[in-house]
Amino acid sequence: MGLRTLLATAAVAASVSAAMAQQPLRIGFVTTLSGPAGYISQDARDAFQMAIEMNGGKLGGHAVSLVVEDDALKPGQGKQVVDRFVKGEKIKLLTGIIFSNVAAAVVPDILDAGAIYVSLNAGPSIFAGKECHKNYFVTSWQNDSLHASAGANANRLGYKRAFVLAPNYQAGKDAIAGFKREFKGQIVGEVYTTLNATDYAAEIARARASNADVVFQFYPGGMGIAFARQYSAAGVKIPMVVSGASVDPVILKAVGEPLLGVHVSSQWNSDFDNPVNKAFVAEFEKRFKRTPTMYAAQAYDSALMIGAALAATKGSVDNTEAFRQAMLKANVPLTRGAMKFANNQHPVQDWYAFRVVKDASGALAIKTEAKVMENHSDPYGKACKM
Amino acid sequence: MPRRFAKRTVMGLLVEQVLNGVQLGVMLFMLAAGLTLIFGIMGIINLAHGSLYMAGAYAVAFFTLQTGSFWLAIPIALVIVAALGVLIEYVVIRRLYARDHLDQVLATFGLILFFNQFATIVFGRQPLFLAPPPVLAGHVTLPGGIPYPVYRLMIIAVGMAMAVGLYLLITRTRLGMLVRAGATHREMVRALGVDIRMLYTVVFALGAVLAGFAGAMVGPLSGVQVGMGEQILILTFVVVVIGGVGSIRGAFYGALIVGVVDTLLRAFLPNLLRTVMVGPEADALAGGLSSMGVYVLMAAVLALKPKGLFPAHG
Repeated sequence: MGLRTLLATAAVAASVSAAMAQQPLRIGFVTTLSGPAGYISQDARDAFQMAIEMNGGKLGGHAVSLVVEDDALKPGQGKQVVDRFVKGEKIKLLTGIIFSNVAAAVVPDILDAGAIYVSLNAGPSIFAGKECHKNYFVTSWQNDSLHASAGANANRLGYKRAFVLAPNYQAGKDAIAGFKREFKGQIVGEVYTTLNATDYAAEIARARASNADVVFQFYPGGMGIAFARQYSAAGVKIPMVVSGASVDPVILKAVGEPLLGVHVSSQWNSDFDNPVNKAFVAEFEKRFKRTPTMYAAQAYDSALMIGAALAATKGSVDNTEAFRQAMLKANVPLTRGAMKFANNQHPVQDWYAFRVVKDASGALAIKTEAKVMENHSDPYGKACKM
Repeated sequence: MPRRFAKRTVMGLLVEQVLNGVQLGVMLFMLAAGLTLIFGIMGIINLAHGSLYMAGAYAVAFFTLQTGSFWLAIPIALVIVAALGVLIEYVVIRRLYARDHLDQVLATFGLILFFNQFATIVFGRQPLFLAPPPVLAGHVTLPGGIPYPVYRLMIIAVGMAMAVGLYLLITRTRLGMLVRAGATHREMVRALGVDIRMLYTVVFALGAVLAGFAGAMVGPLSGVQVGMGEQILILTFVVVVIGGVGSIRGAFYGALIVGVVDTLLRAFLPNLLRTVMVGPEADALAGGLSSMGVYVLMAAVLALKPKGLFPAHG
């Protein structure tokens, strides 16, 4: 490369970065918009965007803009999107991935390129232990913890023999591992089904034929609707204890009565009585005319935490270490109340048990019952040297 | 896990799982029958067949919500899907007859993207669910005391009736004669002056109606959502390959074999493996093996009978 070209390139680069300084900080949002699980990502995207708009186009007092792309639940497509984001568009801060199998493929690319990833949903175990990373934050949960809460809930309710089911992918395995870690009873059957299957007749029949006194299943999104429907249509009477991923307001609305009485657990519920959550739920329902899911609350919380970090770094993510320190100190009230980061930059937080009940108007609602785990963090952090 | 079931329960479970398999099989048959005819007679690889399945499901869900009647929604949906089939054939497929398979795959894949996006825009990303009509909502008790959903039994009955109807249509009518002739000696039919364009349109519409009907029935069972067609399309191709391209009989037996084998592997492989392995590993391995099962079966069929079990071309 000749000296002139080099100078010209440098000049262009300088002018570009000067122009960038005045532009809003762009946040790359890679998520699964197409396919049956699309509503999950839609909730996350809408809530994140809403957090920005509620603050006048800003997070932490600094203008940001969201660049949304679809990964179609395909790790390959996710990698392409991320490649364009971090290399082509020089985006330094990314979030949005819902599915752990996409995250598993895509997150290393983001981190290798020196960018920051804040996970608002997927928290696969592979990145929580030895492979933890300074620029990788999880604001939702480590996958196991979500389901460990269901295990703790099953203990609380006194169940002894569990039949467990999950789709055959990273998060499914994390789910069962998490449930088993807390559950003190016996596992009488363990089933892994094809990811995104829609017919569970064979597995439901096995659950019934087992002598289980409780069924734990991890079927988020459309899978959960199909499973719960078929479970009740098959006349199975074994009670279900699940995590918040398997019974959310969308699934509840689609399935209806058969879910009455199901035990649910997660770190957040729409009825949490705190000012941040009340404002969030009210605004979300007003804007989108639907009840927010856990995914929406997590995305909103992530936006609040990123906002708190950006406020401390004056809107810059160029110094990743400064952003990291700000993120670790970001102690803002969230829809779930509060959380802090463990050494592996995954949450330490409280977990709650809910139950599907009928509210005063006779409609089905998810009602908070009890706290099942306090200041809980995942077991993988021990292997993380940070 | 100790096997604590009484013998009768095991028999009951087997009956239940075979029924589940047959029910999956008849659904696959309705999809595969159209796919195999379209490929066998028209030489078209139609990836968008799953979109017609989705269209049927959405149409029934929409009109059930509009009219309040599942029974009224079904004929409306079938008319819509038939019209959609004719439209697709006229606008897109007709331009592909002379092209090679890669062009067909590209064009019909484009149709998938179009229909998925269209459904997203019109109905949104959240899956739609409709309750089965009250008369089919409950369950009956099978011998052995196992309750079985009436709706699934209905699907089996309707699917079998469709198979008989299709058999009569193919073997007893003039249209069926042309279809059979088209599947075995396409050039000859053309040479004899049959209006092959008309035949193609009719075959495509017939395939569309079958796929749409399958979609219409699956709604109350597993939900109506964008992308549902692609999930079942792969299994449908497996059925077509196992049964033999262009053969309705092959599609029928292929579908039942795939449905029953897939279900029984999912149901019984874990317990079989548990007799030789420790619990969790057996379950994980069984999960992997059972989802591979039908593809292994397909590979075996291809190795032994490359034209499928019931080839149409003799």
